[in-house]
This record gives sequence, C-alpha cells and structure tokens, in this order.
Amino acid sequence: MNQRIPVTELAPDFRGRAEEALADGQLRNNFRVAMDSLMTKRANAFPDADEREGLRELGNRLKAGALSRLPDLLEQLEQKLTENGVKVHWAETVEEANDLVHGIIEARKGRQVVKGKSMVSEEMEMNDYLAERGIECLESDMGEYIVQLDNEKPSHIIMPAIHKNARQVSKLFHEKLGEPETEDVNQLIQIGRRTLRRKFMDADVGVSGVNFAIAETGTLLLVENEGNGRMSTTAPPVHIAVTGIEKVVPNLRDVVPLVSLLTRSALGQPITTYVNLISGPRKPDELDGPEEVHLVLLDNGRTGAFADAQMRQTLNCIRCGACMNHCPVYTRVGGHTYGEVYPGPIGKIITPHMAGLDKVPDHPSASSLCGACGEVCPVKIPIPELLQRLRQENVKDPEQPQQVKGGGAKYSRTERWIWRGWQMLNTRPGLYRSFLWAATRFRALAPKKAGPWTENHSAPVPARRSLHDLAARHLDNNGGRPS
Amino acid sequence: MSARSNILGKLRNSLAGTTPRPDEFDEGLVTRPWRYAPEDRIARLRSLMEAVHTEVHQCRSDNWPELVADLLNKRNLTNLLCAPSKEHGRALQAHFEATEQKVELLAYDRPVEAWKEELFWNVDASLTGTLGGIAATGTIVLWPDRHEPRLMSLVPPVHIALLRASEIHDNLYDMMVAQDWAAGLPTNVLLVSGPSKTADIEQVLAYGAHGPRELIVLVLEDV
Repeated sequence: MNQRIPVTELAPDFRGRAEEALADGQLRNNFRVAMDSLMTKRANAFPDADEREGLRELGNRLKAGALSRLPDLLEQLEQKLTENGVKVHWAETVEEANDLVHGIIEARKGRQVVKGKSMVSEEMEMNDYLAERGIECLESDMGEYIVQLDNEKPSHIIMPAIHKNARQVSKLFHEKLGEPETEDVNQLIQIGRRTLRRKFMDADVGVSGVNFAIAETGTLLLVENEGNGRMSTTAPPVHIAVTGIEKVVPNLRDVVPLVSLLTRSALGQPITTYVNLISGPRKPDELDGPEEVHLVLLDNGRTGAFADAQMRQTLNCIRCGACMNHCPVYTRVGGHTYGEVYPGPIGKIITPHMAGLDKVPDHPSASSLCGACGEVCPVKIPIPELLQRLRQENVKDPEQPQQVKGGGAKYSRTERWIWRGWQMLNTRPGLYRSFLWAATRFRALAPKKAGPWTENHSAPVPARRSLHDLAARHLDNNGGRPS
Repeated sequence: MSARSNILGKLRNSLAGTTPRPDEFDEGLVTRPWRYAPEDRIARLRSLMEAVHTEVHQCRSDNWPELVADLLNKRNLTNLLCAPSKEHGRALQAHFEATEQKVELLAYDRPVEAWKEELFWNVDASLTGTLGGIAATGTIVLWPDRHEPRLMSLVPPVHIALLRASEIHDNLYDMMVAQDWAAGLPTNVLLVSGPSKTADIEQVLAYGAHGPRELIVLVLEDV
C-alpha cells in the first residue's frame, strides 16, 4: 500500500492530477472523513445562527475597514513595532523576502532554524532556499514536520498532513527516524515531541507566521494548539516573523471577533490552546525570549489584488480553511491537485495574483459554483463571484491590457467567433427563423461529435419541429386562443 | 526605490479618491452572547477547560499549597519550578519547608542560556500565577515577567496555574477593556486554554504535543 504522492511525481496539470487523485481510494477516504468531521465541528461551534451571521458581518467590516486604510496602518504598525524594539523589513517579492531572512540568519551565523507553521514561508519556499545555503530549516508543527520529512507540500492550510493516515506516518517515522512502527497516534506524537524538543533547544533562529498584526500596540498575534509556535518564537535567540501585508488590523479589540471567527471556523474550537501576543524582544531585565525580533512584510502580488476593488476582497482572508473543508471539489481531489501553496476555493482566488492566472488556468472553472465557500467564509469573501470574474479574465483578449496578472490564457479565437455568430443569430429575427427552419429540416446532418460533450454523452439532435413552430400551429388550430 | 516605498506607493495609488471606511466595531456582538452571572463564571470556565483535558480544582486561597504537594506527590514528580520572589512562591516554599516535602523547588533566577539543557530536560513541573481568566472560552491569561519568564509555562511537562476566582472575566473584550491592555502590552501575553494538543494525524486528538502534557488550574476562592 503506497499512497505517497510526492509533488515531483504528480501530473503536470490540474486535470491530470485531478484524475489521479480521483482514482486514489485511500486519499479520497482520508479527505472525506476529515472534511466531514471539520464541517460538523464548525457547525457545532456556531450553535446560534444570528450570532454567527452578526459576527461574520463584523469580521467582513473590520477587514474591509482595515484594507480601506492599509498603507496608513502599515506605517503605524511599523512605527509601533520599531518603538517596541522589533525590526521591520519590507519585501516585494519572495526572492527579496528570502534574501532578507537569509541575511538576518547569516548576521548571527545561524545554521539551524525551527519554523512554526507559516503559509507565507511556504509561498517563499523558505526551507529550500535556506537549505541550498547550508541552513537547516525544520518545520515544527506536527503536520508540517510529517510533510517535510516525506518531501511533500502541505495538502491543507490548517491540517497539512491530512492526506496521510496513521499507518503512513508510522512507516515514515520508521524509515526516516528509525523509530519502531506503531499506529498509536499518541505514540507517534510523542516521537515528534522528543525529536523536535532537541531542535527547539539548539535552534539559532525561530521563524513564524502571523495571524494578526495589531497597529495600535505593535503586536504580532499567533494562534496554535501545539505550543510549537510559542517554542519557535521564544526559545531561540532570534525570532523572524514573516507575513503578508494584508494581516494588519487597527486596534487590539479587533482581534476579539477575528480570533473567535478564525478558531471556530477552522477547527470548531471556541479558542485555540494558545493565543500568543508578541510585542517585542527580551527586555534587559527579562530572563528569556529572543534578543532580536524581526517582521518581514511581504507583497508577492497582494498589491496587484488590492488594485482591483472587487479582487481586493481576496485580502480579507484570515486563512481558516473553512472554504476548502466545505468544498465538494477539494474534498474529492485533495490539496495537492491544485499544485500551488494555497489549495481549495481560497487558493483559486489568491494564486492568480501571486503566480499569474496563466499558470493556473483551470482553477476558476474547477468549481460547481455551489456557493458553500462563500456561505461559510468568516469574513464573507464572495468567492463564487470572484471565481466568475476570474473566468471572464481568463478568456479576455490577450492582446489587450490585463486587469489580472496572466489573464487571457484561455482566450480562443474560434470560441470568440462562435459566440459572435451566436449573438448575431439571436439578435436578428429573420436570420434566427431561417436557422431554426434549416436546423429542424436538416436535423439528420447535425454533427455527431461536439467536442468534450460527446466524450461522455450522446450528441444532441435538434427536434423535428421547433417549439416556435409547434406553438404557431397550435394557435392556428385554436383560432388564436392559447387553449 | 525601496520595497517599502513601492508597496506603500502602489497601495496609495489604488486608494486614490476613496475615503477610509468608518470604524464599525460593535462591542455588543462580542460581549452580549458571552455574559454570565458571577456565580456561573467558575462553572463555565471549568466545563470548557475540562473538556480539553485541563484539571481544575477549586480551593481556598490559604490551603492551595497542600493541594499542590498532593498533586506532585501523586505523580511522583521530583521538582517544581516556581518564583520565590512572588507572594505565591513564598507561600508554597513556606508550606513545603514546614511539611518537609521531598519535591525540590527550583527558581528561574538566571537567563535561559545559563540552564537551557536543565530546563528542557530535567524540570518536571512549574507553577505560575495568572492575570485572570475568561469564562466565555475557558481561558487563563498569563503576562510573563522576570519572575515568571515566558518558557516557565511552556517547557515543563506539567503546568500548574493559580487563578483567583475574583479575576475571572466574562469575555476577552471585557478583560482587555477593564485592564486597559491597549495602553501598553508587555513583551508577551498568552491566552492559554488547555494543555498542548494536536490533531494533525488523522484528526485524532493527542495531548502533550510540544508544550505541557498537563495543565492544572487551581481556582482560588477568597476566605
């Protein structure tokens, strides 16, 4: 039984990967079970629909308000953090961000890095960047650790190793760490605890993400259950936080509803085990905590999404993963099929701004537009509406200036002509009637092959007479009366 | 051009001609559903914390050191990290000396670099105070300082926290407003709502991932 799917062995395109995933019973079962359970947990965490809707509305307004004065808030955050002794860095691209992080580590001659869970560091592919420069960057979140050990990428933003079962983890620990095989989850976790504890102690630098950056107080807020985030941000002498520019909120009180929305939507927990608010490095009279704290603010396409008032809503996202948990497509194909850092519905609307729509042309249409993602989003991002918008951007004339990076990748001259013809036919009554007459009389000549449709369906054949004809005859027979 | 000015420039450019949205915070939404009668606060906190494997004991503010000795002895623990410079540390020390406890009391009295190995591998348990608790989510709030540093509540496998019943607030919003957190936060504030846990393998809940395997909260009611 080998269900391991290293990224390098996956099919090169979305369709190919989706077919592979759909044929993998174990993978589908792992996701189905996990997503069903996460959906139930979320539903139980919001027993009162009015309370839930009020809070979602508030979450939406707080994020929209923060985005409406984002540049000012970023400056305020920088000023406050600097006052608190935190060094703030800015990066437009992942290369710049990696270079900054590497520079900070080199300045301390660091060789070992432990990392708390951070999706932005996944965007940066920081582990690989540092490894190429002789620096070990170890994931410390249990799921991320498992995924890293198997040279994989996370398949879910909250549950990175959700595609694996205990047997697969056991085998992995046996092969890579020489541990005896066990399918007891508690024992597996204790193996992880022992191995990583040594690493926390020895690490020169700790890296983390940020859930919310509070401008008013100059504070970085992190939520987690394991304690690896606290370890990574407290035990090593240097802490580097990396985050996207959209994570800033104006006031401390804003995190009350946002954290509640985040933990309840993500895991169905009223709150995570730890909420960690960091407002500076170790003070002269303190006995632990990092001597240096750095924050790297990353753009990586976010200003592009920000430039478009509709797409800007993408930046409301607080990375809870509820949209993927509720997505019928994600549940069936799993996270790796998307081939990008952010899978599922949210990934489909974020990735184009980072990688370019031409890199993920199949993403916007890999959706039934059922609307579940939009309905559960704690900050009310209208994901289905944005998917439709991206479908339009996908087929825009590539010769024209594009509003979304890499737009126009699915433009087809033939398709454009077919629609022009369709438009002409439907706006000129004379032409339309002649077409109907011809299509019904010569129905035997209808094409037997109609593209992908006929791969799985029989070809459509026009009726003997059009509804129009039948209605006209009926009225004639009835002396002009409908019945 | 620096990355900073490019990013801010692009954002400002995109916002040209727009006005910031008004402040639409609604405190009712984060307080009204989370109000409890004073006598219900402990029960609420207790049930939520116990649901995630926290051991909660209600005791008097003068007899808790006995309970701590019992808890440690029952687990056969050999040492406890606590702050002798704090009132509760002194009370514990006095009790342990008077009753000739075998458990050794350790103090976090030097920078972590001076005893990292020992702290990470040889400390069995720690005891700290708290700034208060939150009934709505079953949470204790820690403001680590030089006497009770940040790693003290994280590294030892068992963490015992003292919580005054009178300092349990209804919800986080009330607590941060009552104590005016926005006026200035310490280096690190922690909301802790149970022992360390993970569900990263098959969504099976396992305790003691990287932080304490056990969290024991002693709710002190005034005599």
